[in-house]
Amino acid sequence: MKLNLSTLTVSDALAHMASGDFKSIDLVEALGAAIAVRDGELGAYVSVDLAGARAEAEAADRARAAGKAGRLCGIPIAIKDVLNVRGQPCTCASKILDGYVAPYDATAIARLRAEGAVFLGRTNMDEFAMGGSTENSAIKRTRNPRALDRVPGGSSGGSAAAVAGGLALAALGTDTGGSIRQPAAFCGCVGLKPSYGRVSRYGLTAFASSLDQIGPMTRTVRDAALLQEVLSGADPMDATCVETPVPPYAAQLTEDLRGMTLGVPAEYVVEGMDPAVAQAVQHAVERCRDLGARIVEVKLPHTMFAIATYYIIGTAEASANLARFDGVRYGLRATGATDPLDMYKRTRAAGFGPEVKRRIILGTYVLSSGYHDAYYLKAQKVRTLIRRDFEQAFASCDALLTPCTPTPAFRMGEKTQDPLQMYLGDIFTVTANLAGICGLSVPCGVAPGGLPIGLQILGPAMKEENILRVGHAYEVARGDQWLG
Amino acid sequence: MSEKQAQTGGIDVRYVANLARLALTEEEIATFQGQLSQIVEYVQAIDRLDVTGIEPTSHALPRYNVFRADEVRPSLDRDTVLRNAPSSRDGQFIVPKIVE
Repeated sequence: MKLNLSTLTVSDALAHMASGDFKSIDLVEALGAAIAVRDGELGAYVSVDLAGARAEAEAADRARAAGKAGRLCGIPIAIKDVLNVRGQPCTCASKILDGYVAPYDATAIARLRAEGAVFLGRTNMDEFAMGGSTENSAIKRTRNPRALDRVPGGSSGGSAAAVAGGLALAALGTDTGGSIRQPAAFCGCVGLKPSYGRVSRYGLTAFASSLDQIGPMTRTVRDAALLQEVLSGADPMDATCVETPVPPYAAQLTEDLRGMTLGVPAEYVVEGMDPAVAQAVQHAVERCRDLGARIVEVKLPHTMFAIATYYIIGTAEASANLARFDGVRYGLRATGATDPLDMYKRTRAAGFGPEVKRRIILGTYVLSSGYHDAYYLKAQKVRTLIRRDFEQAFASCDALLTPCTPTPAFRMGEKTQDPLQMYLGDIFTVTANLAGICGLSVPCGVAPGGLPIGLQILGPAMKEENILRVGHAYEVARGDQWLG
Repeated sequence: MSEKQAQTGGIDVRYVANLARLALTEEEIATFQGQLSQIVEYVQAIDRLDVTGIEPTSHALPRYNVFRADEVRPSLDRDTVLRNAPSSRDGQFIVPKIVE
């Protein structure tokens, strides 16, 4: 049968492979051909392992023929270049990890592998996941498949571009302050940031350890649910990952929202917001009301402090995590150093790009003697207030509906000279990471020029089933006019 | 704390970059000084909040002292790990001379 790679979902591909319409190897060959034709322009992938993917696809096809198909048997998935896949490079889109080969699988990868997933290649990103446009990659530029003069968002911009551009059925991203949800919104695909502690981070190169999560990027909410079922669960290799049972997310999806209460936060309207975004989100809220949800207004009064809090805590943790890149154990080592200190400084100067350097300096500053209490400790206290805002809202709501971003995708180069402007765009997404709650971005319309708009659905910690249910019911009612 | 920071109340990029083990060029110092001064000023917004009596959140989940059984388990193979090293010999990482 003819494969339409830009609309084929994981769930349909599984059904087709189960009934013998095509095999995993056919999918891999078709995607390999599509990547050869289109990725020169899009730049979604930093590396493609077609030989490895073929071998995995053939193994998956054999497993299926033997009646031993895993839950994702034969599904080609693109992996953000920040997750370790045994035997593959993992550059984090940085020069400092040049030449590094992952000696082991991240737990998220091992879980996908155990269910028969196929690893197609590694996707571009902002260096060490720091940025919102993928322009901070040291390797290449990635374009938005819906509008080639626009950024794909970031930091998981390559994953979003691959899924929206028909170059993967699904991808993994990571989200520290919006890095799954924002590129999903910009490119017009679905992105799920799970709750803190829901997915093991073992094998994920750490950016900010109290904020980072790994999650799926897909074409439908059902596909996100299917992947999340596989990714979730405790892991002895990550003590922050909890034992909370994993519900059958996909089986619990419904097409109505009767009995659910959804909150709309008054604070999620900001200066400079695109009117098309506000309007599309308003329509989505009405649609959820039509599906049977009760809509209430909620207050999240500390939202205005979220960006400041996030950039203090996130950079502080990053400055500590990135101290490991010193030229001793892996990656780049600058030559000509006379002593270890000189080697560290030269290696880090040559290996890190400007945004990573800026954040390391800011993080070092807010942790330094004389400033720690005024910045880092105070930000941790404000974080408590932000968390409490959500606890109060979720006392009466099953989920919240907000815009994912204040504007659709901006032009390439538009914000590269002004880091603060880039940071301010994260206002609607950073709060979920600070509070440890889960969030989903679902396409909900287009702005003039065909630029996708994302509806963000926020849910209480460990209640992914709530946001997936809202997202799926909304998506079915919306129809598929934004896919493909 | 650098003298410049003590006097101005702002960030001294040259001083902090040394703490962070980053060798910056004069051009980078100038650019970052401008950008980071603006960002530091922005994040000072949290000063307006009264947080008296509020406990800090270091971790979004209330979880402490996660223990596991103290058992010997296989770890990564040394030779595989050392293949990533810029310089190694006899199963060890080589670095520039530390002690004269």
